Amino acid sequence: MPVTPAQRQLIDSLLHAPSGRRAFLFAALCAVAAGSATAATPARVKTQARIIIAGAGAAGLTAAARLSAALDGASITLIDARREHFYQPGFTLVGAGIKPSGYVVSRTADYVPAGVELVAERVAEFDVDGNQVVTDSGKRLPYDFLIVATGLQLEYSLIEGMDTQLIGQHGIGSIYAGPQAAEATWRAMSAFADQGGRAVFLRPSTEMKCAGAPLKYTFITDDYLTRRGTRGKAEVVYNSNNKALFSVPIVSEKVRMLYQERGIAVNYERVLTAIDPGKRIATFSTPTGAEEQPYDFIHVIPPMRAPETIRNSPLPWTADRHKAWAAEGWMEVDKGTLRHLRYANVFGVGDIAGVPKGKTAASVKWQVPVAVDHIVAQIAGRTSPAVYTGYTSCPLITRLGQAMLVEFDYENNLTPSFPGVIAPLEELWVSWVMKTMALKPTYISMLRGLA
Amino acid sequence: MKELDPRILLAVFQEMLGTMLWPLLALVLLGTLAFLLLVLRERGLRSRRLVRAQLLALPGGALALWIMASVSSSGFTDAGGPADWLLIILVFALGAAGAVVVGYTLAGWLSGNSRSDKLINT
Repeated sequence: MPVTPAQRQLIDSLLHAPSGRRAFLFAALCAVAAGSATAATPARVKTQARIIIAGAGAAGLTAAARLSAALDGASITLIDARREHFYQPGFTLVGAGIKPSGYVVSRTADYVPAGVELVAERVAEFDVDGNQVVTDSGKRLPYDFLIVATGLQLEYSLIEGMDTQLIGQHGIGSIYAGPQAAEATWRAMSAFADQGGRAVFLRPSTEMKCAGAPLKYTFITDDYLTRRGTRGKAEVVYNSNNKALFSVPIVSEKVRMLYQERGIAVNYERVLTAIDPGKRIATFSTPTGAEEQPYDFIHVIPPMRAPETIRNSPLPWTADRHKAWAAEGWMEVDKGTLRHLRYANVFGVGDIAGVPKGKTAASVKWQVPVAVDHIVAQIAGRTSPAVYTGYTSCPLITRLGQAMLVEFDYENNLTPSFPGVIAPLEELWVSWVMKTMALKPTYISMLRGLA
Repeated sequence: MKELDPRILLAVFQEMLGTMLWPLLALVLLGTLAFLLLVLRERGLRSRRLVRAQLLALPGGALALWIMASVSSSGFTDAGGPADWLLIILVFALGAAGAVVVGYTLAGWLSGNSRSDKLINT
């Protein structure tokens, strides 16, 4: 996207403006952008650099689109064995019975930009000291720059007795495991909502993608129980892994108030360790020992960590620098530039990046342009001033038809895009409309490098 | 959502509406053109036809709200705050104004000039 100096100045002032001024600046920005809509695109940087992008999910595809638009002559290779692309922010809507599973499935190949090669394999080894990756079939691919966008691994097997095959049966749901699992979760939850009983919700103690989803699904289930007249016969319990409901304190407090208002019980410092599908009993670890909780419906969210190939590479944080992230294998990147702290030609974007917050599509939207700008600047022999502030957003569904559009950054600041119009902690229909109508088109445009 | 660029909006709308985007835009453009041409030809608005067309405002606004609710998987009791009422008013107003303009234009072109109509302005 071409940015003139005037626009750049305006964007800078926009990003640093107090929220009251931002709305006014929006209008000005629109005018400037409209005025330059026909302005010439800046020349692409000529280069013969070899760039490998490991992983063709949201972050990998977005990076490929932006790099191929900015560079002329570069050899850009995407490596990913999966042919299907999942629109993961839609999993909650599938699990809520709002959308069918097909809503979240498309083909990776549809988003691969012209001139970018897609290698349909898995990376088996990251030889970052030798500046090359090795694929499953033994192919060695050397690179000048490496973007790691492998995503993360869902570790259902770390919960004793849990298996993804169980999703949809014995009152077990889990929207994370994929489109089919999300649909099966909807069937299990819907059957529960018809009867009532005890619903158990939780989140893992590891870093996780979209930390709002466990809260949303609790709200949605509560709403279905109410709509179907079975709320009186139901107990809804949310088990938090730590002493808060959300990492941003002001949001955590708001959710606590809403849960209290809706009669949703909250347990703190509970981590699911085992599940007995036959007896419908979930075992949680607590500071004072194990605790068994019976359930009629349970929404299981597994521990999450980096894929094995990353954990076995030199890329993760080391235990002396960040113990928890080292154990889970997240990449040691600078939180502002996404550049690896020990391997300067390696970047980590998306779920794999070891940075606070994030692991959402919105994080990808703001991380990738920063990483790409640093690569392009380095190739062009200049320095990029681009910094990722940790901005991410979560349309936190609080009932069917309403959501809170929560946006925040590394510092736990709320960063509303529409201050004074869309209040971040207000349950609004307009936020729901954005989630159900505008988010997927925006996401797809992002994959194509257009948004 | 920190930047608002018309090209981003266009890309998003293209994803949202797919192949429907350009026919819809063309329809809006042609409709507006037909309305303006009619006003030019008649050298003003015909009051009786306009009043009759205004009868379409209510169903037009209601239809717009119904379409909006249906494409966003919403119910009719979902409004939660002032921003929601703003959006509801906006959608209703667009539907109402669109229906009036369409009704007025269609009636004008289909019936030709009616000399008995009084001009609001000339």
